[in-house]
Amino acid sequence: MGSLKRALRFLFQRVEYSFDAFFGPALNPFVNLGSLGWFFYWIVAASGVYLYIFFDTGMVQAYDSIEQITNVQWYAGGVMRSLHRYASDALVVVIILHLVREFSLDRLRGKRWFAWFTGVPLLWFIYACGISGYWMVWDMLAQYIAIVTTEWLDTLPLFGESIASNFLNNASITGRFFTLMVFIHIAIPLFMLFLMWLHIQRLDNARVNPPRALAAGTLISMIVMSLIFPAVSQPPANLDVVPAVVNFDWFYLAIYPLLDVVPGGQLWLAMGAGTLLLILMPWLPPQRNKPPAVVNLDNCNGCRRCVDDCPYSAITMGARTDGALFDGQAVVNASNCVACGICAGACPTATPFRRATDLVPGIELPNFSIASLKEKILESTAQLQGADRVLVIGCENARQVSSSAEPDVGVVTVPCIGMLPPSFIDFVLSRNVADGVFINGCREGDCFNRLGAQWMRQRLAGQRDPYLRRRVPRERIHLCWLGNGRKKRRSRELAAFRVLLRDLAVSNDNGGGKAGG
Amino acid sequence: MITAEEKRVASLFKWLMQGVSYAVFMAGIAYFSVLPVYEHVDPSKAVIKLAFNHAGELKEKCRRLTPEEIQKLAPNMRRQTQCGRERLPIEVELYLDDQLLYRASAPPSGLWGDGTSTVYQRFVVTPGSHLLTVRLRDSYRTDSFDFEHSERIELRARQNFVVGFRPETGGFSFD
Repeated sequence: MGSLKRALRFLFQRVEYSFDAFFGPALNPFVNLGSLGWFFYWIVAASGVYLYIFFDTGMVQAYDSIEQITNVQWYAGGVMRSLHRYASDALVVVIILHLVREFSLDRLRGKRWFAWFTGVPLLWFIYACGISGYWMVWDMLAQYIAIVTTEWLDTLPLFGESIASNFLNNASITGRFFTLMVFIHIAIPLFMLFLMWLHIQRLDNARVNPPRALAAGTLISMIVMSLIFPAVSQPPANLDVVPAVVNFDWFYLAIYPLLDVVPGGQLWLAMGAGTLLLILMPWLPPQRNKPPAVVNLDNCNGCRRCVDDCPYSAITMGARTDGALFDGQAVVNASNCVACGICAGACPTATPFRRATDLVPGIELPNFSIASLKEKILESTAQLQGADRVLVIGCENARQVSSSAEPDVGVVTVPCIGMLPPSFIDFVLSRNVADGVFINGCREGDCFNRLGAQWMRQRLAGQRDPYLRRRVPRERIHLCWLGNGRKKRRSRELAAFRVLLRDLAVSNDNGGGKAGG
Repeated sequence: MITAEEKRVASLFKWLMQGVSYAVFMAGIAYFSVLPVYEHVDPSKAVIKLAFNHAGELKEKCRRLTPEEIQKLAPNMRRQTQCGRERLPIEVELYLDDQLLYRASAPPSGLWGDGTSTVYQRFVVTPGSHLLTVRLRDSYRTDSFDFEHSERIELRARQNFVVGFRPETGGFSFD
């Protein structure tokens, strides 16, 4: 399993870095797969509402009404129909890529099982929805789908009589059938929406909208394709004639040809087993959970910053239990906490400048305390010499600069870069512990812990509490968002940063003075 | 040092490549939404479907209850006969030009085996003139079949020919 994940991760990295070059990290479609899924869902829903206005649920009228929509009002209905189809197909593509990518990045195990567990069943609903949609057109493809689907359903020991017998000839079908199909085709997406909502329940600030430029680019290209290559019907269904050769939507129907070679019952069994295996993936093998964050009430003033910054909705505000006169206290939900430490990075009491009391913030990780972070920083920088001493503070989910390969570089690794309180950067530079701080986080827009890198950037830019103080010389801080891979580029950035630090030292010697010290 | 002109060219190249990426993605979506075509059945062939639901006879014949047995029943539950629920499976045979295409025993549906038996089979055959014979047994008879129909049919390529069974209209129907 591990080697499969590594191979897939490598593959995604190669492709994504290429896309980074054209789209930039923020607009890279691969880091926005989930939100693109939402976007395509809404396109399908909006175009579906429009089509439903003109759709007629009669035996002959169904096909005719869709022909009208497609050909008579090609500029509106035709485009809507094409958008409906292409967005549905694109939804399948992004959802499957999203699933494989999250699997490769191992973002499904431990406390993160919930999104995966609720996401897998969505696949069944997407397929049921797409297939029932094709059925409603009642052309040759619909006829093929009706026959093969009902024959397949008949292999389940659920129906007393063969439901495929309803599609023996034209006389056996009535308008009621289309009414039923419309009901199914509307009910399933509504239930899907509920599942999609459930899917993101344990994620704070879930991205359900892609960046505007990406959404615009996708929508425009979809509209252009709808005009150049509109979705059209095949000849009308005629149950007296065999739908021998059909134009196929491979995104939804790829499994159907298997039914010509594999017995339907066995295919149900394989798909059921496959789904079960997918659902159980978060526990294959089980992950040893790190201990969740703990609240130290003596230092918690109920400021809510940890609540706002937690990416997993693992912290809430509760009533004060120690009698202190604060509005409330942070309460950690252990079943949601992945021990990323972002809460400690957000805590205003996590400052290394404290001398009067022990360095115990209002909230922190029991197995990686803020006090131990300070110790590690001091230890790793104790032996550094020269004018270009660099402290690399890196996320454990991003490949690190090797301290052995780089002289006069100290490396401290944290569970997530969002765990680093900005005051530590101030501490390192103002106490002359190092000449520069190199922040090494996950790839931009693709933080392993969702929001750690984003919060870090905003804290350093003075846009989010706790801010990095203004006195800290920004030129002595380098932000490197390269994630895994790109070893050479990371080394180049570090080397260039050290050159800059040496230049700063020279200019200081020439009378510039060291800022902020 | 990167000049302004080089920056402009790099930016244009990025826009161009973004456009190409969108175009390739959408072209892939549009292509695989209809192509390549799938051949479900050889278009030069015809299809015969044998499809119907029919209940076999009761497995146990109804038995007249004795006066003593009737007397033992609750007053509101007394009846003259007792019949089992379970039905016999139906035996079906289909021949095309005296060649056996299908022979099966279709069990009754339902947890108690008291429902109808269902037959649904699809056969891909060569078009042309054929003698089609179908037989069905739904009783304890062993020497012959309860229903039989034989007819010469003309099949066209891609024709969907349905063999049904409606005992109320005399037995098998060829459509």
